Amino acid sequence: MKVRSHITQNEDLLFEMSSPGKKGYQLPALDVPEVDPRAALGAANVRKDIDGFPEVSEVEVIRHFTRLSTWNYAIDLGLYPLGSCTMKYNPRVNELVARLDGLAWAHPYQPESLSQGAMKIIVQLEDALAEISGMDAVTIEPAAGAHGELTGILLIRALLEKRGNPRKKILIPDSAHGTNPATAAIAGYEVENIRSNAAGGIDLEVLAKAMSKDVAGLMVTNPNTLGVFEESIVNAAAIVHAKGGLVYMDGANMNALVGIARPGDFGVDVMHINLHKTFSTPHGGGGPGGGPVAVKKILEPFLPAPRIRRGGRNLKFDYKRSKSIGKVRAFYGNFGVMVRALAYILAHGGEGLRNATVDAVLNANYIRKKLEPYFDLPYKAPNMHEVVFSDDRQAKLGVRTGDIAKRLIDYGFHPYTVSFPLIVHGALMIEPTETESLREIDVFVESMISIAREIETDPQLVLSAPHSTRTSKVDEVTAARKPILRWRPPAAVQG
Amino acid sequence: MRYLPKSPSERRQMIEACGLDSADQLFEHLPPEVRLNRPLNLAPGISEYEIVEYFRGRAAECATGYAAFLGAGVYSHFRPVLVDTVVSRGEFLTSYTPYQAEIAQGTLTTIFEFQTMICQLTGMDVANASMYDGSTAVPEAAMMAVRVTKRSGVAVSRALHPEYRAVLNTYAKNQGMPVVEFGYDGDSGAANLEELERSITADTAAVIVQSPNFFGVVENVKAAAEIAHRHGALLIFVFAEAVSLGLLEPPVDADIVAGELQSFAIPPSFGGPFAGIMATKERFIRQMPGRLVGETKDSRGNRAFCLTLSTREQHIRREKATSNICTNQALIALMATVYLSIYGKEGLRELALQNLSKAHYLAGKVKPRFSGPFFNEFVAECGGRAPEAVNKALLKKRIVGGLPLDRFYPELAGSVLLCATEMTKREHMDALAQEMAPQ
Amino acid sequence: MYPEDLRYTKEHEWVRVEGDTGIVGITHHAQEALGDIVYVDLPKVGAQVEQGKPLGSVESVKAVSDIYSPVSGEVTAVNDELSTAPEKLNADPHGEAWLVKVRLSAPGDIVNLMSASEYQTYVGAES
Repeated sequence: MKVRSHITQNEDLLFEMSSPGKKGYQLPALDVPEVDPRAALGAANVRKDIDGFPEVSEVEVIRHFTRLSTWNYAIDLGLYPLGSCTMKYNPRVNELVARLDGLAWAHPYQPESLSQGAMKIIVQLEDALAEISGMDAVTIEPAAGAHGELTGILLIRALLEKRGNPRKKILIPDSAHGTNPATAAIAGYEVENIRSNAAGGIDLEVLAKAMSKDVAGLMVTNPNTLGVFEESIVNAAAIVHAKGGLVYMDGANMNALVGIARPGDFGVDVMHINLHKTFSTPHGGGGPGGGPVAVKKILEPFLPAPRIRRGGRNLKFDYKRSKSIGKVRAFYGNFGVMVRALAYILAHGGEGLRNATVDAVLNANYIRKKLEPYFDLPYKAPNMHEVVFSDDRQAKLGVRTGDIAKRLIDYGFHPYTVSFPLIVHGALMIEPTETESLREIDVFVESMISIAREIETDPQLVLSAPHSTRTSKVDEVTAARKPILRWRPPAAVQG
Repeated sequence: MRYLPKSPSERRQMIEACGLDSADQLFEHLPPEVRLNRPLNLAPGISEYEIVEYFRGRAAECATGYAAFLGAGVYSHFRPVLVDTVVSRGEFLTSYTPYQAEIAQGTLTTIFEFQTMICQLTGMDVANASMYDGSTAVPEAAMMAVRVTKRSGVAVSRALHPEYRAVLNTYAKNQGMPVVEFGYDGDSGAANLEELERSITADTAAVIVQSPNFFGVVENVKAAAEIAHRHGALLIFVFAEAVSLGLLEPPVDADIVAGELQSFAIPPSFGGPFAGIMATKERFIRQMPGRLVGETKDSRGNRAFCLTLSTREQHIRREKATSNICTNQALIALMATVYLSIYGKEGLRELALQNLSKAHYLAGKVKPRFSGPFFNEFVAECGGRAPEAVNKALLKKRIVGGLPLDRFYPELAGSVLLCATEMTKREHMDALAQEMAPQ
Repeated sequence: MYPEDLRYTKEHEWVRVEGDTGIVGITHHAQEALGDIVYVDLPKVGAQVEQGKPLGSVESVKAVSDIYSPVSGEVTAVNDELSTAPEKLNADPHGEAWLVKVRLSAPGDIVNLMSASEYQTYVGAES
């Protein structure tokens, strides 16, 4: 690969730096006789060489991945204001405790007598999440938010089936995350989108009209994706409940509510919680997450198996649950993520969690106040932990939200969430979280203002951004038109 | 609080900038009836030292210092030091999904390498950036087969991991996807292909087999694929012990591969987080769930990577998406990528060979239940004693014995599933054998 | 901009009737709204399509749009070139980048559709 003038030189792919005989491993000497695989497995079952597989040294491995890591932006480098993603600081003590031998090496099938510590962690996390959400019971089995959504909708379905009719539809506001309608479809429901009102919230009239005996429930995000608390949530829940439906809450925005208000107190029957958002477990470039589901008593019998039975001298797994929706994931979910989330809850304590919420909401309101003179704010209701601007003013000069996002990279920040929620034309969705200092936020605000000025004086500068990154604007169109989804060896040169 | 980087005066300054007297006013617009008017009933926050102490206490209440023979979907393999060194780097650990390609080339490049290595291992054309785990990859593969074939049901081997089958059933029953199970051969422990032939119908979208199966037995994948294809169904190949791919023929006859990568440097961690994979043939890409990274160029003509073919996904296609999956297991997939780069072509084969050798040494000392070829796991009888009694005696020797199978297969009461890996020592195998099959 | 010999739908498709065959495509306005088109999903020859019902979809990098058939009938030809060169839909949506040809089962259908000038007014009002 060609060299280039840059402080981080080009990096080959592992396959390209491979050379036969290079090794990054050494296995211990076998203390048993070596078996002939062809004899043990049958010759037809034994594979030939893994074509193209890398052979590299340990030094090359560490350099390769370290170099690549420097091409990433990360929370550890600065503000990561992705709306609806809650990119907060990931405390390192959480990483340490998740790696303790007794926890990291616990086998899910080891005897219960040798698993009590792990089971206590699960129970304690369940109890804390129940208290925080105001619900009666929690399952920690779902592996991520969308997986929690599926679990929650299946719980609704199970209860309604028990009552004689699972019903046909789920109502979803047009401001919802895409996972909501996708989840409802996988759970076997039709999706009916309901229009938001002029303030961007639930329109009670529209809801009342849509709510019928065919509707299993309402999926609602609160605060909604505009970052606005649904002030009519209690009435909305009453409308759904009056017709025998249930209320599901997408907990993606729970970082605005912890210690302030509890979904269980405002009419929600079932919700998921994103451990990788509200409870600080790292996003890891896309995962893993954790999507515990909290429910009211009426749904408890249907929770996935197993449950942990308390009360006796030892905790016990209870698999005998005749009404359970079944398992949604093998074993007990993403335990390692639970350990981190509990460590975060223990660090804050009850009062500390509330203080974190206050700072998260304060940060978002401060940004709103500072940027409102420069960017259009289409929905003016008081916001909670995030704020959504529109690019209307800049679009008139030919610059869109996606362009502003790329220019923000030049200022050393990760962009906000672009073009979501869909009910805002050209949305800039900004969520700072509580773990940002005043200085960091001020620099971000100044960057946004500076970009707004550039758009007026030199829009081309913004349109062609980013300028300072190692990788300039990436051609996503060609990637989609002619997909190259894996490396292949270069075609042999004809001799 | 140490995670809140503001001084009281800075906080005050921000409150004033918002035109407020106190931070509580930020919440005044919430209807009074929804507000929590008491502190959360949780203990006060504790120091880092106390957090470490607390979890050390819990860890001490779990098995440490035991030799274990448990596998059954979760395997104890050595984790090279570099794996945690790499995934602990904040740039990987604390970054988001790489939607902004210009500042996420690190994550994107490693996912591209991951996709490539999964293709090389499985013989498929394309692999996605990960699923939650093996158990959830199976129903995702089944739903994909339904979309591809426009048929509704699946036929599943009873020798597929019981928890994977349970998860499949949860997904299937709400979408009108009939699941029929076909049994295993009582002698060989392999899927009963005659029974498969009888179970499959014109409405079967896919046949699902795991190899090595839950009993550790290597399946005749080619024959299962032939039956599936003859009936117009797809073959979904499932693996739970990824190290077996170092030695076993890749499932090139399958149409979709769904598997679990826990064996590749992912700690057992009481069952998760793990990383599932899905791989398939090129012609089925558009029906595949999950994120994909593709190669392209930047505006200066340098090689670059980006997320691609996103229109299959929930954030664009909503209720018509191929899946609802959003968050995946990226960091865990990175663990596997680092692991595979350390072992490489030779190492993975040598590692698999050690696993094979250890398990066959152990099998020579106890009484295997089935005759089919096996990799690093097999079913053994306990010499007429109850498995629980044998395991209780073993615990006294600080050995965790095999998994009693009556829990999943009543007909196999009295048998256990035993696993040996490169970490299993001969002396422990001898001690286990002494208890299970006294000479 | 919009050829006189085509008839247009509110969902931004067009049809050109030649004898008993309707040639179907998407409009300039549609391709412009989508941006760079990266993929086109079309029915197979022999498929039945119905006026107002989806016959396929077009995709840009970050959007999918259903294509609604402007006419009813049987698909007799599909523009295969678009599978390898979807960018033609951006370059020449009313000509080279037609999508399918349909043998019309109800030629009277087209009276429901807009003329070029009506469509021009419609997209003007829409934007």
